[in-house]
Amino acid sequence: MADAMTAGGPGRRLSRALHRRPRARLAALLTAPVVWLVVAYLGALAALLATALFSIDEFTSAIVHKIGFSNFREILTSSVYRAVTVRSVGIALAVTAIDIAIGLPIAFYLAKVASSRVRSFAAVAVLLPLWASYLVKAYAWRAIVTPSGGVLDRWFGGTPGFGAVSVTLTLAYLWLPYMILPIFAGLERLPDSLLEASADLGGKAGRTFASVIVPLIVPAIVAGSIFTFSLSMGDYITVRIVGGTTQMLGSVVYANFVDNLPFAAAYSVVPVVIMFVYLSLARRTGAFENL
Amino acid sequence: MKPTKAWLAGVGTVALVVSACGSSGGSGSGKLTKVGAGEGALSIIAWAGYAEDGSTDPKQNWVGPFAEKTGCKTTVKVGNTSDEMLQLMRTGDYDGVSASGDATLRLIAAGDVTEVNTALVPNYKDISAFLKDQNYNSKGGKQYGIPHGWGANYLMWNTDVVKPDPDSWGAVFDANSPYKGKVTAYDAPIYIADAALYLMKTKPELGIKDPYSLDDAQFKATVDLLKAQKGIIGSYWSLYTDAQGAFTQGNTVIGTTWQVIKGLVDIDAKAKVKAIIPKEGATAWSDTWMVSSKAKHPNCMYLWLDYITSPDVQAQVAQWFGEAPANPKACDVSADMKTHCATYQATDEAFHKQLYYWTTPTKECLDGRGAKCVAFADWAKAWTEIKG
Repeated sequence: MADAMTAGGPGRRLSRALHRRPRARLAALLTAPVVWLVVAYLGALAALLATALFSIDEFTSAIVHKIGFSNFREILTSSVYRAVTVRSVGIALAVTAIDIAIGLPIAFYLAKVASSRVRSFAAVAVLLPLWASYLVKAYAWRAIVTPSGGVLDRWFGGTPGFGAVSVTLTLAYLWLPYMILPIFAGLERLPDSLLEASADLGGKAGRTFASVIVPLIVPAIVAGSIFTFSLSMGDYITVRIVGGTTQMLGSVVYANFVDNLPFAAAYSVVPVVIMFVYLSLARRTGAFENL
Repeated sequence: MKPTKAWLAGVGTVALVVSACGSSGGSGSGKLTKVGAGEGALSIIAWAGYAEDGSTDPKQNWVGPFAEKTGCKTTVKVGNTSDEMLQLMRTGDYDGVSASGDATLRLIAAGDVTEVNTALVPNYKDISAFLKDQNYNSKGGKQYGIPHGWGANYLMWNTDVVKPDPDSWGAVFDANSPYKGKVTAYDAPIYIADAALYLMKTKPELGIKDPYSLDDAQFKATVDLLKAQKGIIGSYWSLYTDAQGAFTQGNTVIGTTWQVIKGLVDIDAKAKVKAIIPKEGATAWSDTWMVSSKAKHPNCMYLWLDYITSPDVQAQVAQWFGEAPANPKACDVSADMKTHCATYQATDEAFHKQLYYWTTPTKECLDGRGAKCVAFADWAKAWTEIKG
């Protein structure tokens, strides 16, 4: 590299050529990511939407390439798919609420109370579960909530059993770090002087929290909720492991994607739309600056 | 990039994707007339345990000897469900598949598999007659596969909890069951046939003659029964290891099962279980080796068809997987195998008569009533609805 620079070698010439042509420079920089974005990412979405309009042969399950809206009509009119959608959104909201309730105090302690030694130790503790496989953690929760002889059943004398409640608890556990980290980052950026000012003006802890801290970290909370909400909406593995007979959006898509790919594609547009609405609401709070 | 260009790129991508999707489908290559020399390779889709190469258990290896004997280097892709197998076969990358009756007719109708020349499979003549030329492995007198092995869907219960011993499927369809929350059922649309079989025997006024041929009224009654059953189900099972775990741990105390699951629960010995064919009879599965219409190694596939139905290999598979061998000569290879065949009632004609083998429901009723039955696609949708 150094040789090329001093000797006016190919590297040097290339750099000079690029310097003269800003458009070529930009093209060299962006071609690969743009191709990736358009072909792999938007292309997949386009394929999804196109497939959703097809139908299948009743007998062979082979795809019939005829455009129609029968899949969407069925999703909108059939009560079972409405119920599954509402249940999935409900579980995702509950998971988000639990993670905010648990994550906020932990993040506050980490950012404002803990000594720097405790903080680095606690930060590792928060991140450590991310090192373990998702499946291992989900099966661990299966062992916890199992109705006969599970951890809760044996030591605490009661368990929610397999169902929506266990799914919510398990997902809340799985996604907690994704809530803590953005809130922690948001709180770190909050100057201590604001808290002192509030105290100087006679604000008690509760008042300071409600009137100073919360309004300033709402964007960070919303940023965390984007993770917890979207990850919960798309889940189909946890619900299989601890959900008993419960069906969620993801499990219906999973159950249909072989038998009836167009229908699975149409149904997977539902979470896309829900996330789109959620993200456009989140954008208004300025959450994207906290990601 | 200007917006117009971005838009064009998007449209171009959609067009590409759509045209790529549109070019599937192929032509059947017809049945083979002579088995030539092996092509040196074979690629098959099988149920877990049907084609072991020693990677699960070093002692269980019949794929390796086949490759040595024939020179066909064999790769096995495990299909977890019938639907997955269907999807894999449609890629055209495989030479054959061990398909269950809920997939076979769909494979035949879509042209994914081709007619099999049974004369080229010497062991075919020894296979139990009741497995040949059935409505799930043939069409219009043409044979589309070689039977592999079969088993029934039993009713199993935990004898410490469930008292007295049930003798009817009514035990899993009673909405007021005392075992509410600990009942299980097979998680697949084909399970609808189990409920239809129960109604066929207990509600003659519905006029069900065949659990796979249901008209609208019969189908609705069956679906209603399953919706009521959902209230007492703890969890459905689709992987047999899940069912084994649930019975062993006591999360499930009664439900439909396979002989192999009972065997595994017995080995663990943590739960005492018993399994029977209830008085209504039972649904059952009979698996068929089928040859892809796009097979790249048809000669090796035919060599495999004959190899997998030879008595020694049938004995190995039947004991490892836990099923009845299609070739009864397998029962004579050892004393162990004699016991095995007795347990699985492999050669028992009377036992076999109370079984209703999985097949694909079609609009054209399989019991010959005409085109008024509910097709499989609607069975699949109803299954989602039943689970709610």
